[in-house]
Amino acid sequence: MNIEPAPVTSDLPPIFADWFAARGWSPRRHQLDLLAARERGSSVLLIAPTGAGKTLAGFLPSLIDIHARGSRPAVERSESPLRDLMAAGDTKAALEAMREARKNPSRLHTLYISPLKALAVDIARNLETPVAEMGLDIRVETRTGDTGSAKRQRQKSDPPDILLTTPEQIALLIASKEAEELFASLKTVVLDELHALVTSKRGDLLALGLARLRALAPGLRTVGLSATVADPDALRRYLVPQPSDGEALSDLVMADPGASPDVTILASDERVPWSGHTTRYAIKDIYRLIGENNLTLVFVNTRSQAEMTFQELWAVNDEALPIALHHGSLDAGQRRKVEAAMAAGSLRAVVCTSTLDLGIDWGDVDQVIHVGAPKGASRLAQRIGRANHRLNEPSRAVLVPSNRFEVMECRAAVAALAEGAQDTPPLMPGGLDVLCQHILGCAVGSPFNADKLFSEVTSAAPYAHLNRETFDRALDFVATGGYALRAYERHARIRKRNDGKWRVANPRVAQTYRLNVGTIVEEAMLKVRLVKAGRKTPRGGMWLGEIEEWFVSQMEPCDTFIFGGHVLSLVGIRETEVYVSKTVSRDPKIPSYMGGKFPLSTYLAERVRDMVADPKQWKLMGPQVAEWLRLQALRSVNPARDQLLVETFPRAGRNYLVCYPFDGRLCHQTLGMLLTRRLERMGARPMGFVASEYALAVWGLGDLSLLIETGRIRLGDLFDEDMLGDDLEAWLDESSLFKRTFRACATIAGLIERRHPGKEKTGRQMTVSSDLIYDVLRTHEPDHILMQATRNDARTGQLDIGRLGAMLSRTRGRIVHKALDRVSPLAVPVLLDIGREFIAGEANEELLAEAADDLIREAME
Amino acid sequence: MAGMLDLCGEALQVDPSGVVWWPDERMLIVADLHLEKGASLAARGALIPPYDTAATLARLAEVMMRLRPARVIALGDSFHDENVSAGLPAVLRERLRGLMAGTEWVWIAGNHDPLPPAGIGGDFTAELGFGPLLFRHEPNAGAARGEVAGHLHPAASVTVRGRSLRRRCAACDGGRMILPAFGAYTGGLNLREPVFRGLFDPKRLHAYMLGARTVHRVAGRRIGYAG
Repeated sequence: MNIEPAPVTSDLPPIFADWFAARGWSPRRHQLDLLAARERGSSVLLIAPTGAGKTLAGFLPSLIDIHARGSRPAVERSESPLRDLMAAGDTKAALEAMREARKNPSRLHTLYISPLKALAVDIARNLETPVAEMGLDIRVETRTGDTGSAKRQRQKSDPPDILLTTPEQIALLIASKEAEELFASLKTVVLDELHALVTSKRGDLLALGLARLRALAPGLRTVGLSATVADPDALRRYLVPQPSDGEALSDLVMADPGASPDVTILASDERVPWSGHTTRYAIKDIYRLIGENNLTLVFVNTRSQAEMTFQELWAVNDEALPIALHHGSLDAGQRRKVEAAMAAGSLRAVVCTSTLDLGIDWGDVDQVIHVGAPKGASRLAQRIGRANHRLNEPSRAVLVPSNRFEVMECRAAVAALAEGAQDTPPLMPGGLDVLCQHILGCAVGSPFNADKLFSEVTSAAPYAHLNRETFDRALDFVATGGYALRAYERHARIRKRNDGKWRVANPRVAQTYRLNVGTIVEEAMLKVRLVKAGRKTPRGGMWLGEIEEWFVSQMEPCDTFIFGGHVLSLVGIRETEVYVSKTVSRDPKIPSYMGGKFPLSTYLAERVRDMVADPKQWKLMGPQVAEWLRLQALRSVNPARDQLLVETFPRAGRNYLVCYPFDGRLCHQTLGMLLTRRLERMGARPMGFVASEYALAVWGLGDLSLLIETGRIRLGDLFDEDMLGDDLEAWLDESSLFKRTFRACATIAGLIERRHPGKEKTGRQMTVSSDLIYDVLRTHEPDHILMQATRNDARTGQLDIGRLGAMLSRTRGRIVHKALDRVSPLAVPVLLDIGREFIAGEANEELLAEAADDLIREAME
Repeated sequence: MAGMLDLCGEALQVDPSGVVWWPDERMLIVADLHLEKGASLAARGALIPPYDTAATLARLAEVMMRLRPARVIALGDSFHDENVSAGLPAVLRERLRGLMAGTEWVWIAGNHDPLPPAGIGGDFTAELGFGPLLFRHEPNAGAARGEVAGHLHPAASVTVRGRSLRRRCAACDGGRMILPAFGAYTGGLNLREPVFRGLFDPKRLHAYMLGARTVHRVAGRRIGYAG
């Protein structure tokens, strides 16, 4: 690992040294290294595990700097004379004094940017202690979406020394008239949880914001705080402006890694299921572990898993342990209550999703239980770090696999943790939709020159390789929609004036921009309201939280599901509200499991393939899994790690093809779509498919074994990389996933407004549905910049096309086919998923026909 | 044949494109074209692709080539925005004229287009009785046997094997029919929404859901609430 030499040259100023001494602390090496970076004026990336005093390290240089600068902004000093003058009725002198004060109002020194507003608020609280104890005259404030408009306004005219905020607020501040003045004095930007920020579009938006800030505050220094990542250089590039020829890196400080975690895999006496994600079998074991510790975080991958686990735990909670639930769909007030109870030490366990992933200290967690697949080694390490925020004690964690494949995945993750291997995803080029939003934001702030903005944008690492032609198309999109048919010149949002600068055409454009800033496009959400059962026309009712529209859209009235820890029955849906009633049913029907947002990392996938291939490793995974893999070797074959096993077999009047790429559900789903198209053409009459994290099963009427043996289907051709050409293009026509990606891009780029001045609109209430826009655009201008943005996203996001390409090239010439007379042990889990998962693809039309046919049958009987 | 229905004794056919065909009269009925909706929204700041009018007319041309109607009835809201439609680009105006040539074309008034753009041609009326059928834009809540209307943009969702599918649809109970919206930028409204209440006999209601190649007839009680 590459560690920058950072000699300790800084002696702490007395007031700071005394403070450390009074607490019996001495500054840690990495904290001093960060001070040294400040003296050199260098931007720096600090990589440190949880509990290493990362935040204090990030702020210490700023606190010292502001203290040395001498505090209290001009405005504040002038405030009392101003008041005196006003009181004395001398308005002219008062105005004069105010004008004087306005000349240099800004004393904003440090911006702290966090991905979570709760984190910003928490850090502000934590900063107050040292500031108060040292008696520093430093003002610290937060600014989030919750900050009142009066305070926000005041923060622009009279900013604090340190402002703690979120990427969206930075975008808004940049787009304000006061930006130039406000940021002129800015010296440092601290970016917390940088590893989490940079892999999203929020990271792209922030990168562009940083480029703007550097232009407004020359000499600006950045400090990135991050958990351990696979490629620190990518983050180092992110922190500093990139030259047009080559690359620049920030300094790097690595903190001591701390004690390695103590991670075990749950050894249950119960039978580990073949498939599924409920982990019901292990509930008693999980409950026992909770009872043995003070405070346990039970991490799960999805909201429905959280609900399920919470429900099951309470069903066995004989001792009435205080166990709570925390996930993003719950009402914010309820979440705050759980957090406060955690901090107060009155809870024994919290079942949570990624909402508790990031670094807020909610209490003395002494155990993490991870239910379900870890998906990635680095992500698991970060979650485990939530237990024991003290650096020198090992965190304790127990992994609970929910099925047999997950046993292998957990084993792979434990091995990776022991080696300190990292598998954080690589950084992607910046989104074009985000660029469009930023260009409009710049114009809203102050008129810009296109050449200058282009070089500013390309100084941001995610956009370093953006070419001028693409930039100009983005600019054209912002101005008039960027259509080849130049129909909207007179409706332009921004116009180039005589001085060559672009400025907004009218105030409504600025207003709309401010309402729609940001890159988080929510799934359409419906409000859940509790009403009495049996109401014909429900209305009102207690608000329980919000639920994704897709989830509800699969249900019929009277269907039951779990939400907020209750089993609820659907009463009806009206516009954006879902009415539910409580029910006594103990067996809620769970609509299709959507899987987690995070696919199995390529790194873990490789290790799992390795385990399947190597009999020596089988016994490590317990007798059940070892027996299962042994049986597979007997009945079929266990593929070598670089091979792709394809099995074909008949079952219940259908013929199945199952393959095992281990490349994640998204990638397999895309493969499934493309394979069924090809099998159709090859005469195999495919009827459907189902994808899991590990395997893909396709079934049809044609005798697949025979077709392959007689050479009518050549597997090399079937799995040829050229499927990513025409077949992919043709399929994208109908892909609802692709349309969803387009919706996000169109919303971020500002084509679809989430909110209009005066009234708020969400989801399907949008003026023209994005699906309809997509259909029209795809037919008439398939090369439009938003189509390009969508394709780029699809490559890495929803469709994982990049990974599919890598898989096809990895397995070329290494396909092993087994024609079997019945289902193989390895194939059982994915076949069990049929009926549980969406059967995606063209089957929709047939399903519709089926709905009509049913009716005919009913009518004839 | 898929999509055939009986309305007050007349045999009508719902076409997968979203128009309705009355073979005996060689009459094509189309609702809610919303031409120039894109341009209208652009004027208010949403620069959505300006190709919707061309797309809508192309689809209409395709179905007219196939069915060769003698009469066409556009059930109102044919033009999204009175002011913007006045500036309908010449090439599109010509294309529309080409479609109208050789047919008896009737524009029914809609709430978006109480008057058609000047000089567009065709007949213009608030409503039109033809045999036992009565064509108007907005369905009238009272009993109106033989009413054929648009305005509400009906859509239906149906759940099959745990999968919810949603399509635009025509809705008919044998006494009244409401057509799906045809325009490229027109969405759909679930038949379960309160606005449809009282318009149909629930026992006889069927949704004619528009599939890719055919029309799927689904009984009213099977129509889902979601979407």
